[in-house]
Amino acid sequence: MKTGILVFPGSNCDMDCYHVIKDVLGQKTEYIWHGDKKLDHFDALILPGGFSYGDYLRTGAIARFSPVMDSVIEFADSGKLVIGICNGFQILLESGLLPGAMLRNRDLHFICRYVDLKVENEKTPFTSKLKKGRVLRIPIAHNEGNYFADDETLRKLKNNNQIIFRYCSNPNGSLEDIAGICNERGNVLGMMPHPERCSEALLGSDDGRLIFESMIDWVKKNG
Amino acid sequence: MFKATVKVTLKKKVLDPQGKTVMSSLNSLGFSSVSEVRMGKLVELMIDSKDKDKAKAEVEEMCKKLLSNPIIEDFSFEVEEV
Repeated sequence: MKTGILVFPGSNCDMDCYHVIKDVLGQKTEYIWHGDKKLDHFDALILPGGFSYGDYLRTGAIARFSPVMDSVIEFADSGKLVIGICNGFQILLESGLLPGAMLRNRDLHFICRYVDLKVENEKTPFTSKLKKGRVLRIPIAHNEGNYFADDETLRKLKNNNQIIFRYCSNPNGSLEDIAGICNERGNVLGMMPHPERCSEALLGSDDGRLIFESMIDWVKKNG
Repeated sequence: MFKATVKVTLKKKVLDPQGKTVMSSLNSLGFSSVSEVRMGKLVELMIDSKDKDKAKAEVEEMCKKLLSNPIIEDFSFEVEEV
């Protein structure tokens, strides 16, 4: 799986993602600067966590207009895999690749700790190595993870099985305990928890690795 | 030259935990008359334009495209000549 990791000014989980994909999983990986445009030679893209453009205005609002984002939208429209983690999820929401928006956490705190997530849909390129109902232990680290969508959007998410991960115990006030959603086609995933921070047993959990391994598996079969 | 003042607030149906916290703080300071607080953002823009209607149309577009997120926020603005 040739993976491109986007780097915006203020991204800070790009190196963790690079390490996991390249050193832990042995896949080809490159960084993509936010001013670049050519993405066709990749199989998958990762929008990593961090504080792109200092979280100014709204999280992800300015990164969404980076030159690279038009190419990311084209890439997603072609059916290839795009995963946005934390700030990457927020950028996907602002860009319209995923529905809804993020609000500040219910208790107004930045939360940085391990949480339990339940897999709600295992029939996606990101969860094929998991079973429905399986609980994953993955850390969160965010101030704006309180997912919001209007009733109509929520109804669509449920009808199309687009809710992929739910928190077992809601840490941030997120609507319907939502921790991760995908687009209608299923090739774009956004999640607040950080799988790249728990892909090696040494770090306390390697549950995150299963998400990247699912992607590798999907690319092998469909790429 | 025109000065535009843009106000961005969370939609009514969106919970505003910051506003709630400020309200309970005001209440505990003795301002018991306060029954609701909504927090928001204020953006001031200087617009180099000769035509007020054109400036207004531009600000409207800026609000829709970048300054607010229509899923969770409402905006309003005023434009005055300076």
